Order: sequence, then C-alpha cells, then structure tokens
Amino acid sequence: MAEESNVLLSVKGLKQYFRVNRHFTVRAVDGVSFHINRGETYGLAGESGSGKSTTGRSIIRLYDPTAGSITFNGHEIGHKMDAKQKKALRTEMQMIFQDPMACLNPREKVMDIIAEGLDIHRLYSSPAERREKVLRMMEMVGLDKDHANRYPHQFSGGQRQRIGIARALVMNPSLVIADEAISALDVSIQAQVVNLMKDLQAELGTAFLFIAHDLSMVKYISDRIGILHVGHLVEEGTTEEIFNSPIHPYTKSLLSAIPHPNPIVEKNRVAVSYDYASSGLVYNEERHYRLSPTHTVLASPESFKEWTGLEAKESYLVEE
Amino acid sequence: MNERKQILKIRNFAVSFNTSSGKLNAIRGVNFDLYQGETVAIVGESGSGKSVTVKAIMGIMSPNQVIDGGTIEFTYQDGKQGEKTVDILKLSQKQLRNEICGRRIAMVFQDPMTSLNPTLTIGRQLTEGMMYHFHTPKAEAYQRAEELLDLVGIHNAKDFLKSYPHQLSGGMRQRVVIAIALACNPDILICDEPTTALDVTIQAKILELIQDLQKKLNISVIYITHDLGVVAKVADYVNIMYAGKLVEKGTVNDIFYDPRHPYTWGLLSSMPDLDTLDTRLYTIPGTPPNLVNKVEGDAFAPRNPYALNIDLRMEPPFFKINGHHEVASWLAHPNAPKVEMPAALKARIEKMLREGENHG
Repeated sequence: MAEESNVLLSVKGLKQYFRVNRHFTVRAVDGVSFHINRGETYGLAGESGSGKSTTGRSIIRLYDPTAGSITFNGHEIGHKMDAKQKKALRTEMQMIFQDPMACLNPREKVMDIIAEGLDIHRLYSSPAERREKVLRMMEMVGLDKDHANRYPHQFSGGQRQRIGIARALVMNPSLVIADEAISALDVSIQAQVVNLMKDLQAELGTAFLFIAHDLSMVKYISDRIGILHVGHLVEEGTTEEIFNSPIHPYTKSLLSAIPHPNPIVEKNRVAVSYDYASSGLVYNEERHYRLSPTHTVLASPESFKEWTGLEAKESYLVEE
Repeated sequence: MNERKQILKIRNFAVSFNTSSGKLNAIRGVNFDLYQGETVAIVGESGSGKSVTVKAIMGIMSPNQVIDGGTIEFTYQDGKQGEKTVDILKLSQKQLRNEICGRRIAMVFQDPMTSLNPTLTIGRQLTEGMMYHFHTPKAEAYQRAEELLDLVGIHNAKDFLKSYPHQLSGGMRQRVVIAIALACNPDILICDEPTTALDVTIQAKILELIQDLQKKLNISVIYITHDLGVVAKVADYVNIMYAGKLVEKGTVNDIFYDPRHPYTWGLLSSMPDLDTLDTRLYTIPGTPPNLVNKVEGDAFAPRNPYALNIDLRMEPPFFKINGHHEVASWLAHPNAPKVEMPAALKARIEKMLREGENHG
C-alpha cells in the first residue's frame, strides 16, 4: 500500500446506479475501488458502456454516488458536502471533455472561457492579474497569445482541445479528469496533445485520471492502468504489468483488439474475442486477488488458479 | 496472377471551395486507381482532402464546391449493354441517383448515429434502396433485408427489422449501415473512417466483417482513415495524401517497410508502438498549410527537415520506385543527395520485418 499522505484520491466500493423505472435499474458502476497518487497518471480503460466515464463523473460529483466512499485530499467527498468542501472540490479537481467543440461556449471569447473558473471563485485581485494568468496558461499549452480574443470556432480541433486543457489547468488543480480527451482528434494531433499533457504534468505536478478506450494511447500516458468491464474493475496494474503480463481474459481481448501497424502480422491476426455472457464469470461473486504490490485481478478461486497456475490462497486476497 | 480489372480511374482531379477568406484549393490534382476485388486505403490528416475525394466519387458536393478539372471514370456492367464506362463528373444529378449512388457505389460514413434516419425503422431503411433502384416487391425486399442482417452478423433479424436506430448500440448501428450499403450489391464500397466512432473491440469485429464480406462478394473497397493500424489490417494498396495531393502510393508492404516520402516517415514514426516503453511520441513539427494561399513547390517542405532547395520552388512529380510504388518527392530524383530515413524509424521497420518473419 502506498503511503497514506501520498494518496490524492481514493475510491472505495463506488457504486453508481441509474434508476430507469420501477423494474429496471442500470448498474453503471458496481463496486469500483482504486486510488491515485499525487502527480501520477491513472488510465481507466474499457469498452463503451463499461462505466469508465460514469466513474469519472461520479468522482467529480456530477452525479450523486449510490454507495461507496471517495476520499480526496483527505476529505470525504462521496456524500453531501458543505459549501466549503464543495468549493475546495470545484477548484482542486477539473475535467477535460471529449468533444472540444461541444464543451466550449461558442459565444464567448477564449479569454473569458479560460477565465470562467477564476471569475467564479474570484481567484485574482485585479483584471490585470486575471489577464496575466490566462495568457500565461495559453502560452503553456501552446496557444498564441494574440488568439485570446478569438472565438472557439476559429480554432482547429487540436487547438480547441488545448483551450479545454488550459481552462482546466488555470485553476491549478491537483487532479484533472480527462474523459476521452483525445479520441476525437487526428492521430498526429493526438500525439501532440498527449505530449503536451505529459509536459504539463512534469511542470505542474498535476495528477491525471485519463479515461479512454484506446489502449495504445493509454499506455503512453499512464503510470498505472485500471481495466473496467460492465461496472467492475477487472484488472489493475502498472502499465508494464497490464501490457506484458495481462491475466484477465477481458484485458487480453482488449489488448488483442489494438491493430498493429505491421501488415504481415496484422493480416494473419484475429482478435481474441471475449463474451461476458458465455464466459461463465460472475463479477459480483468474485474478489480481487493481488499478484504483486500493484497488480490485482478480479477472479473466483477457480479461475484464478486457471489463469495464473497459483493456488488461490487467502493471503492473495485484497482486503476490502 | 489474374488480370486485374480496373473499375475506377481518377485523373487530375481538382476541387476548390469558395470560402469567405478566398478560394481554397482543397484537392490539387489527384490520380487514383481502383481494381476489382481490391482494397485501397487513403491516409492523411484531417483537411488533406481525402473525404472530399471520395464524396466526389459518390457525387456528393457541398454548395460552395467547384470542380476545377479532371475525370472520374467508373466502369461497370450494365444489364443490357454490357460493360460501360462513364465519367461521374459529367453525369446529371438524376443519372447519378438512378444509376450510381447506392446502387453501384455505396458508402459507409463515420458516425453511425447521424447516417441513420431516427424516425424510420431499420427494416424500412434497409429496403429503401432496393425498392427505389430495382422496384423489388416489399415482401421480397424484407426477406432480403433479413439475409443482409444475417450477413453482417445480426442473427435475430426478424425482431430487429422493427426497431429504431436509437434502440441499438454503436457497433450494431454501424453493422446496419454496412448492411444498407450492401443492399443493392454495389461494385464499390467506400468506408469513410468506419470505425473512428467505435471502440477497439468492436472496431476489430467491424473490420473483420468488411474483409469477410469483400471476399464473399468480390467488391472493391476504399478505406479512408488516419489510423495506420487499420490500414495494416485491411489494405492491399495505400495512398498517402497531404494537402490535397497524393504524395506516395504503393502496396501496403511498400509503404510500411520501404517508405520513401518524409511525410510517410513522419506518419509511421508518430504511431504509438506497443512494444517499446518510449515516453514521448514523435510528432511532425508545424501544421498543414492553409490551402487558401497558393502552394509554392512541395506543400510539405516547410515541415520537412529533409527539404531540399528545389522543394521550395518546384512541385515534385511522381518518381517510380518499382512497378507499384511511386513517390512525389525530390529525394527520389536520381540526382538528389542520398537521404536515409530517421534511424529510429529504420530500427522499427527492421523490428517489424523480424516480427513478420516469426509470424509466418
């Protein structure tokens, strides 16, 4: 276990249900636990509908979690918060969204978009300071200072995403949740934005929760990766552990689905398919086993033995 | 090897758009060939003109679009007259609608949600083309619609025909869109980033599905994509496009193992590699040129660390490397100084070749 002071965000048994009607409730997130250390990048991957975006949105409290605890900076934020806590949360945690056009107000200038958070929380003492803060941030994310008075539609997709990043980082947050922040961009632009996020992280020491379905990009940016499937965290580990020694069949199928840019190999390769319904696994009845200090997998005692060849001893179990 | 039958031949195709900031030369002379039963991928950044090119094949134009020249010759079997070749650009809107669109050339768009009509059932949308083009009786068309859904891997087709697009997941919707495209047995299937909106597991399934259908039905497929992993999986031939021009074309092996154009080098270098633990991704410096301004010389020269003096003055023609590999770069000229591709990329290609040998 990492030292308690080093843990920035800790999520324990998070559940997020959406009641559709009397008979049917969507269990989008069903008991997810993980933690993020200060200054690290945690990648959350899974297919659409696996609950990765819901997890992110519950953490930043766009939803009210059904159950579970979320501890951020030592404060419990999973339940009702008082005004002071709310304010702290809204400044300390920021989000970058998927669609860079839809998340920027088309009628505001870039200057005002980036400064909106500063305005709301009155984080400057004079208009000059506001301007200076915004311009410094624009420079940091690689936008031209002269563009501060332009509108979002005058920018390309990659530049708009930079505006989104600037808006999040100008608050000087300790955690940024990037929800599919690069999947709407071109491959070459994706690389630029990923590099930018890494540079900014090195400079500011911000932690990132990076939510994406594209594992090849998750690999580049993340220190640790969690794989979500139908609301359960099926496997978690460092980037090397997930990519070099995946245990869970779902992780394996996700990894095999990434197209290799090598024609000879790719032409003969068939992706491993994984079907939860026919796999015989019941996530709700399984428990997390620990293979190394950082590597855990969701399994039943029998499947754990089958996948790893190890006897499923009590000592492997993760205390919950 | 069998005789390859050419079905699509684009020559000197040029398109511009009238915009508020002036005339934008989106496509500046493209030559493109497609043979029966083969797959060609067009690769390029957004704004390089790949979508405009294929939309023109379908006769889809925006109101401010001007064709500056060129021909798109399409060869097909007409029931009565046998083989027939037409220039798509010269056809009237009515002829296009009746003869080409949907019937002989069909298209799968990027976003499956916006390409389906939310107010009509799946069955209605699947049968629409058949009823319009061939006056198929309704019962027969629905019968065929069921078969089509079965073909694209949707097995309880009967109930499915009555559902509406919003009731389906993204992957299912894209399958329906492919089924609609195949409804009239087209000769050419154009896939404009068919999997960008889908996640990787479903992407793999859809790509395998299209490959499978192509073998069964012997159709030609044009892929538009910026994902080189997808290209490696599906394509026989690759065209690399930059700023409205093709810069390199060849077989998929030519492009991946023996790239010659500096832009192709950049593209290949910027792919995320799963096997190494590099911490930085390579990015091509600079941004694509604004095509409102006239391009002098090679459009890629300002971003090209290997640019020669001549690149700034004269546009490079295509140089042949071998029978099927061509590149538009002065570096391929016999008198050009010998420039090697970046060492990192070279190492990577060697590694890819080794992997390939191990694989079979």
